Amino acid sequence: MTKPFDDYKGKLPELILTELEEAAKGLKMPEARKMLAKALEQYENNQAEPGEAVGIVAAQSIGEPGTQMTMRTFHYAGVAELAVPQGLPRFIEIVDLRREPRMPIMEIHLKEKARGDEKAVIAFAESLEDVEMSQFADIEENFSKQTVAVRFKEEKLEEHGIDMEEAKKQIEREVRRRAKEREGASLVFEPGFSTLRSLRRFADRIKEVKLCGIKGIRKAIVLPEKDGSGWFIKTDGTNIKAVMELPEVDPTTVYSNNVREVEEVLGLEAARNALIKEAKLVLDGQGLNVNPRHVMLVADVMCYEGEVKAIGRQGVSGSKASVFARAAFEETVKHLHNASIKGHSDNLSGITENIIIGQTIPVGTGLVKLGMKE
Amino acid sequence: MEESSVYINGKLVGFHENGKELVDNIRKKRRASELPIELNVAYYPDVDEVYINVDGGRARRPLIVVQDGKSLLTEKHCEALQKGKIAWDDLLKEGVAEYLDAEEEENAYIATTNEAVNDEHTHVEVHPSLILGVITSAAPFPEHNSAPRVTMASAMLKQALGLYQSNFNVRMDTQAHVMHYPQVPLALTKQSRIIGAHRRPAGQNLVVAIMPFYGYNMEDAIILNKASVERGIGRTMFYRTYTAEERRYPGGQKDRFELPNPEIQGFRGEEAYRFLGEDGIINPEAEIVGGDVLIGKTSPPRFLEEVGELSMIEEKRRENSVILRHGESGTVDAVMITEAPTGNKLVKARVRTQKIPEIGDKFASRHGQKGVVGLIVPQYDMPFNEQGISPDIIMNPHAVPSRMTVGHVLEIIGGKAKSLSGKDFDPTAFEPTDYEGMKRVLLENGFRPNGKEVMYDGKTGQKITAEIFVGVTYYQRLKHLVSNKMHARSRGPVQILTRQPTEGRARDGGLRFGEMERDTLIGHGASMLLLERLLKESDLVVELVCEKCGSIAVEDQIRKKKYCPVCDSTDVQPVEMSYAFKLLLNELRALDISPKLKLEDRA
Repeated sequence: MTKPFDDYKGKLPELILTELEEAAKGLKMPEARKMLAKALEQYENNQAEPGEAVGIVAAQSIGEPGTQMTMRTFHYAGVAELAVPQGLPRFIEIVDLRREPRMPIMEIHLKEKARGDEKAVIAFAESLEDVEMSQFADIEENFSKQTVAVRFKEEKLEEHGIDMEEAKKQIEREVRRRAKEREGASLVFEPGFSTLRSLRRFADRIKEVKLCGIKGIRKAIVLPEKDGSGWFIKTDGTNIKAVMELPEVDPTTVYSNNVREVEEVLGLEAARNALIKEAKLVLDGQGLNVNPRHVMLVADVMCYEGEVKAIGRQGVSGSKASVFARAAFEETVKHLHNASIKGHSDNLSGITENIIIGQTIPVGTGLVKLGMKE
Repeated sequence: MEESSVYINGKLVGFHENGKELVDNIRKKRRASELPIELNVAYYPDVDEVYINVDGGRARRPLIVVQDGKSLLTEKHCEALQKGKIAWDDLLKEGVAEYLDAEEEENAYIATTNEAVNDEHTHVEVHPSLILGVITSAAPFPEHNSAPRVTMASAMLKQALGLYQSNFNVRMDTQAHVMHYPQVPLALTKQSRIIGAHRRPAGQNLVVAIMPFYGYNMEDAIILNKASVERGIGRTMFYRTYTAEERRYPGGQKDRFELPNPEIQGFRGEEAYRFLGEDGIINPEAEIVGGDVLIGKTSPPRFLEEVGELSMIEEKRRENSVILRHGESGTVDAVMITEAPTGNKLVKARVRTQKIPEIGDKFASRHGQKGVVGLIVPQYDMPFNEQGISPDIIMNPHAVPSRMTVGHVLEIIGGKAKSLSGKDFDPTAFEPTDYEGMKRVLLENGFRPNGKEVMYDGKTGQKITAEIFVGVTYYQRLKHLVSNKMHARSRGPVQILTRQPTEGRARDGGLRFGEMERDTLIGHGASMLLLERLLKESDLVVELVCEKCGSIAVEDQIRKKKYCPVCDSTDVQPVEMSYAFKLLLNELRALDISPKLKLEDRA
């Protein structure tokens, strides 16, 4: 970094500095200095004051326009889109950090040379779809003979270009048994189970045999890339890990709306970004104008402990430091009892605790204290 | 499986090889009066079940039977009905009309009008407006209004003050309102007449002008003409009945109606009992205010055998009188002495108060157009027309377009026309409206057919540039009176347990500074204000806390000594805290948790 910019290191964030340096190209020294001074002034003006109750402000800033968000779930007409929960239900899903969203969606962009041909992309998308045996064959258990018969639907197999012999072998591999009869389009197993339940369980296992595709992907549709460079795939059901390993796929652009999955596969920072992105998506989708910094604060709170935590009893609110604050939220008796058993003390550093005992709260005017010389 | 199951009054009684045929036959026989007309039968083809109902409590409605695409009610019937040769019951006997319950209605296909009848129909409505319920049919011109407004009108009809019962004079209702001069609506629907609503009216026909009035009728507020109010518009009498019973207690003791003795525990002072007779019951026509005793009553002490001074068992009775609610006043209307079902002596006293419309009282037309009185204007300040007529009510024009209550506008014109001519314009739903007739009447009587009039500002005398829409509409005074709701407090009673202010108007309570209000103060960082709201103005206490062991200490005022009852230390400090928190500490102790407070100097 050059001279005047060096002086501002530590005063301004690095990102802003590099941006400014870029913008200052062709400027004379005094002008650049002037610009930097102005930038610093702006930057400092925009910082939150010490003692500002940023959490409450964020909560209110999301909550106030959020009351206008209806419970309405919006469905698109047509085949080319998936019905996604929007508005309040989706927002709740995000902050509750549900293990699987009601409509898990993945966006897969292909490598540049693979994305051009629509037909090829469609074929690739279809190959992702997770197909189970039950769609290609009637599977019936016969209790009197203690057999399970698989009768293939030949047209269906052909439609998906699956070889019957391959399918038969696949089933045998999965159930680790050889079929008693394998004539023509049928396959009969005699697993040797005597109870009704185990026989039925065996049949269910056959039904679930995967013929092709990636686990968890129920449906894949092909949509044009926004920049017109070709086509990309949107799926119902997610599995980033498996998809990223495919050679056709550009692994840097695979995206899932399942925050938990993003955290597991890509890590905490990615999950934080996913949280922000998904929350913004909901708010923008409802036409609500919320400053992204509020959303970012929520995401930060959910992430700062090193793993993504939901907002609620199980997550953020349940892991507050203060006994009183936790007891005031939910499961009062549980927290009080635990605290007494373990002999916890409450340092009264938060807001809730201080309201409970009747002291000034440590924000705003209550933050300043008068010190005395010994 | 092939046989249909047959249920009578919900109980399976048997099977029939052809349910459909069975049902058809039952209906035929009912129409031929071979089966009771109270019987209803329904067939469910999807589950092949027949439901026959003859029990009580089924709401049923009348319909005219249609056969082969033709209504069975013929011209002949109508003529005979008009001449009085036959009656409705004869139609039922003949099978021309019948009553269906909700279950049989599922099998019916009902045409709304005679003209709409086709081959598939099984019934036709007696009148198309019968698709509406009893309450909704009382609203005029509902087919000209938007559905939500009709719903609201139906809801508010039930809150309108009027002559709710003609024997109100001898009734002892806990709360009752009776309107002084109720009127029969100019726009009265057919159903209203049938149910007798014109004999128990709940409202008055008022002259309404639709115009803004210096901002005092913003947000649905309405302006009342003071002269009209003084002439008795919307005036009601409010009755409240107070009850007391001479209850018996275990041990043979009982309450006693009497003039309480000044010695008694909780004596209210001579003043409060000044209207009571010897029997401890108030005299009728006494003018009383809140806090005055209506029924003097004493109860036995709460705990038996309280040992008084001189170690004598003293019978000290408690004062337990019934008093007039605080903030209310009125005249004792009637007193009734009777016996409770338990055999105890029972006294009821009814107090009446005149409620004159005031700012904040709720009024509504029958179109879901409700509003609160925003201002009562002297007649000389009200706008007037060339004949010197000034309206009783001024309603804001903004109340109309977005709510699409065209029926309201129609009722205003129709009411104006009817009050000029006496000619009735039927406001029943789906009844064709004679718009031209209304216009003609207005024109004939020197008014403009569109209902607008040239008006003059009462304050300046200047002509108002816009023409004002004026007419006559039925207005209802709704039971929400400010005088029964208004409440504020600065200081007042607190709860015993928490020492926080009580809740609710009846207990002279505070207004809750709730969680969201708390959040706003936190958001502003207004720490001191928050402390004032939540602590200083609520349940602040100064408790002594032991510096050594952290438990609550006590002060022995006789020996002038402050000490800790747990560790006997005298190092105790006064600490400001909320009483609720002190209570929490005690409750924790009750839970076998011993909380300790660590004291620090306030930095």
